[in-house]
Amino acid sequence: MKRSLKKSLLAAAAGVAALTATGGAVAFCGFFVAKADTKLFNKASKVAIMRDGERTVITMANDYQGALEEFAVVIPVPVVLEEGQIHVTENAIIDHLDAYTSPRLVEYFDEDPCRVYARREMAMAAAPLEDEIVVTANRIDGYGVTIEAEYTVGEYDILILSAEQSDGLAAWLKDNDYKLPEGAESVLGSYIKQGTKFFVAKVNLEEQAATGLKYLRPLQVAFESPRFMLPIRLGMVNADGKQELFVFALTRTGRIETTNYRTVKLPTGMDIPLFVKDEFGDFYKSMFEEQVDKEDERAVFLEYAWDMNWCDPCAADPLSPDELRELGVYWLGADGGLEEPRAQPIRPIRPAPQAQNVFVTRLHVSYDAEHFPEDLMFKETGDRSNFQGRYVLRHPYKGDAECEAADEYRTELPKRFEKEAQTLANLTGWDIDEIRDKMNDKGQSFEEPKKEPWWKRLWGGDKDKG
Amino acid sequence: MASGFLKDPRIYQIMTLSGVLAFGWFARAFEIEPVQFAAVVIACCAVQWLGSFLIAVRPDFRSALITSLSLTLLLRADTVWPLIAASAIAIGSKFALRLGDKHIFNPANIGIVAMILMTDAAWTTPGQWGTAVWFAALLAGAGMFVTYRAARFDTPLIFLGTFAALMIARALWLGDPLAIPLLRLQNGALILFAFFMISDPKTTPDGALARAVFAVGTAAIAFVFNFNFFNTDGIFYALAIMCVLRPLLEFLDPAPAYRWSDPVPPLRLFKRKRRATAPHTMPAE
Repeated sequence: MKRSLKKSLLAAAAGVAALTATGGAVAFCGFFVAKADTKLFNKASKVAIMRDGERTVITMANDYQGALEEFAVVIPVPVVLEEGQIHVTENAIIDHLDAYTSPRLVEYFDEDPCRVYARREMAMAAAPLEDEIVVTANRIDGYGVTIEAEYTVGEYDILILSAEQSDGLAAWLKDNDYKLPEGAESVLGSYIKQGTKFFVAKVNLEEQAATGLKYLRPLQVAFESPRFMLPIRLGMVNADGKQELFVFALTRTGRIETTNYRTVKLPTGMDIPLFVKDEFGDFYKSMFEEQVDKEDERAVFLEYAWDMNWCDPCAADPLSPDELRELGVYWLGADGGLEEPRAQPIRPIRPAPQAQNVFVTRLHVSYDAEHFPEDLMFKETGDRSNFQGRYVLRHPYKGDAECEAADEYRTELPKRFEKEAQTLANLTGWDIDEIRDKMNDKGQSFEEPKKEPWWKRLWGGDKDKG
Repeated sequence: MASGFLKDPRIYQIMTLSGVLAFGWFARAFEIEPVQFAAVVIACCAVQWLGSFLIAVRPDFRSALITSLSLTLLLRADTVWPLIAASAIAIGSKFALRLGDKHIFNPANIGIVAMILMTDAAWTTPGQWGTAVWFAALLAGAGMFVTYRAARFDTPLIFLGTFAALMIARALWLGDPLAIPLLRLQNGALILFAFFMISDPKTTPDGALARAVFAVGTAAIAFVFNFNFFNTDGIFYALAIMCVLRPLLEFLDPAPAYRWSDPVPPLRLFKRKRRATAPHTMPAE
């Protein structure tokens, strides 16, 4: 990074006039081309990016549900990729990364108010969120479109195309029976002028059958590019409504953020009502949507930023060195460390002495063409401070407690519940009365307990007389 | 003294930058620790005092305060040390790197450039201002006022105009929607840079023509950094490079040096020819 920067400085100093020099490279991401009238559900994608200097490994997970022969993806890539630069990995790794970084719910149980306060913490796994990526493909000939390379990797048949003109590429796509959405041509043209190649993949049905799997595995590509970005523009052309994107960055120095959009931290650390435990997925979705609105639909959200060595509380164990290496973290030794079972989330894992030196950032963005006209541009910062989306359930003390402090505690509870209700309404935009009802059902009552007169306990218990 | 104090455009600049900082703090939840801000202010003022002491002049903390505000707004770090180092480099450069009777670099700019080149511990956050149009407009309006009073009304406009023209030309060439250059132009950091950094009268050429070349050159270099080398810190490098070239521009278009107490010029879009380069016979006021 630093070296290329110096080169850049020299170059710029040498030639202020070098304005017309064409840009180097474009990195990538998928877009989905609906074939015929088949509706492709391309609402959400999960992308892991290893980035170190200019070295980049991108892993695109997909949860494609449609017919396999109709699956196809077109991805702008900066260079013609060799076969060794393309790889297919397991969904489980991305799922693990997702689980490790996902927003989490923690529970605290109030102690007997008559005793000294002490806290116990329990972590719960966040409900894994459903997401999907979608992707698309094709065949070729003529049109000023050149097949630079052709590979079969895993269950995918892959072509690397270069095109001279967007209309050629568009015509090729159309002639191959792909409904090219309106507006795609100009976006393709923009990428072509920036020197981009196109990575086109479809499913090789025989190979796919040989895997014995019912789903498609994530595609990975490795390349070097000065440009740290994800092209989202093609994907927005044919989308109606918003798309969800999760970006998991694995870096050495620190957190990443977007440079052409604001990166905003998700609200975190709030006490929320107990019933959310049963609907944490809904809570998270509603909260996210509400925050998107609050930021005028123009922000990218930071959901997790942590050193991969540890977590507290852990929604899932940190990834093993083997898994990280699979995702492109090339600086880790080839033979992994401890192979840990993927158990329930749980207690904190403290920083290990042998540092892996991998920093993970989870970004979440809900985007459409109106609010996100440009591809996502990233930069790596030096920020290594930890951040997680974490929400707290506080169980009131249920036991019998008879003392002055207990009375006070019980009268404080309704106020506390009300605050939790307000917080939740504020975070999610849910109706406050419904929240209160649900809280009541869960035993979080807003009624002030009848306060016993002070003298009731004066001479002991329930003596009616005397 | 009182009226002279109010005529100093730095007062307005300090007020505007403070307002922006407050906005960032409260409305944008900027990651600026109060202790970091305090450290930057103290470091800047301390180095200013030391430098003034060494060259035996009365220390003036107004510029140091502007530099600390700029650094706080544009540079981020996890700890205070990178920010203190940036402050020391920024103010130190005013005393150490001089040519003739002017310092070469824009202080906050060289502080930022030095830190991002030397270490990963400090970074800029070009995206964190968001693109809220009203915010940009407000900032631009305030900046306009400040720079107008500083008789450098032209620099931000020429810089932004050139940068906008280049980005729009690029978008047209690529067939991109104009929403893309507009998105970039609304970037708060860019506007902040244009109105509060590049416009510094002490580090821009005094001649109107040289100043225009200076602004155009900065925009062009920044554009190359941004779109050819994909470097988001392009504006900062561009200004540092143009500051190195500035003596040449000043040599080609000589003009009397700016003083903070110079009277505010009447607002007019077209300067009378020759007047700008006419010899300055009497110091103002």
